Amino acid sequence: MPTIVVHVMPKPEILDPQGKAVGAALPRLGFEGFASVRQGKRFELQVEGDVTDEVLTQARDAAATMLSNPVIEDVVAVEVVD
Amino acid sequence: MARIGVVTFPGSLDDRDAARAVRLADGEAVNLFHTDADLQGVDAVVLPGGFSYGDYLRAGAISRFSPIMERVVDAARGGMPVLGICNGFQVLTEVHLLPGSMIKNEHLHFVCRDQVLRVENASTAWTGDYEAGQEITIPLKNQDGQYVADERTLDELEGEGLVTFRYVGWNPNGSRRDIAGITNGRGNVVGLMPHPEHAVEPGFGPDSRLNGRRGTDGLAFFTSAIRELVTTG
Repeated sequence: MPTIVVHVMPKPEILDPQGKAVGAALPRLGFEGFASVRQGKRFELQVEGDVTDEVLTQARDAAATMLSNPVIEDVVAVEVVD
Repeated sequence: MARIGVVTFPGSLDDRDAARAVRLADGEAVNLFHTDADLQGVDAVVLPGGFSYGDYLRAGAISRFSPIMERVVDAARGGMPVLGICNGFQVLTEVHLLPGSMIKNEHLHFVCRDQVLRVENASTAWTGDYEAGQEITIPLKNQDGQYVADERTLDELEGEGLVTFRYVGWNPNGSRRDIAGITNGRGNVVGLMPHPEHAVEPGFGPDSRLNGRRGTDGLAFFTSAIRELVTTG
């Protein structure tokens, strides 16, 4: 079944408290060399049938209006994975 | 008697406390359910605190699409008083009745404390019984309470006097410009993170020697709205 993957990230200018906490924990576990971490969301939309332009448009609309809040988040990618 | 609806979403926690606050302010509390398609003729609506839909996706994000919210948005645009407390405030931002959004507290901890606020705008539908500049103490309890908006929006809120409450003494969640609550241009929609409905009866609210044994500072939210409804009738 084809899948549309939507990636949502906190806007660069918005402080990301979760990413900051993860970033601070990395060196404590011995993972060195990472300057910072930002944490986002990945949605997988399983498609019934083929991924038509219409389906893709619907996924993009859903990403912009529901899966993300444009005040605090950006949709960074909407891609089809088979 | 003014009839104030309190909406229950799946995961609402403070709907009963909000209804009780309405009754203590001499109003009639009307229980509304998220699947209701009408407002049963209420004069005002409270969106209570809690974790509606488990805060899945984003706090308040899924409640926005419930049938009752369509009616609430229409009524709010028509001027009906609407108060969003905590999760209710998050719903109001998700549904775009108020600008900005809430993200996780800066320090990532859940906060539960008695919080001092300054009433910055005493001419909204929900703050008329306060005086501008008055300091009040009501409980605060949240995980996603950090109010954020872009600088232009924040400047507009400040410039138009729409910042309704500000944290005093300590900013408990990293909110921009110490903002605890805001209103819309018309003043009928108010959202805030702290909980006035938990400070409405002596002995059950913030009640210490330090704050002068008050503990009922939240009651004026409800009396304000009821007074306005009765006088504008």
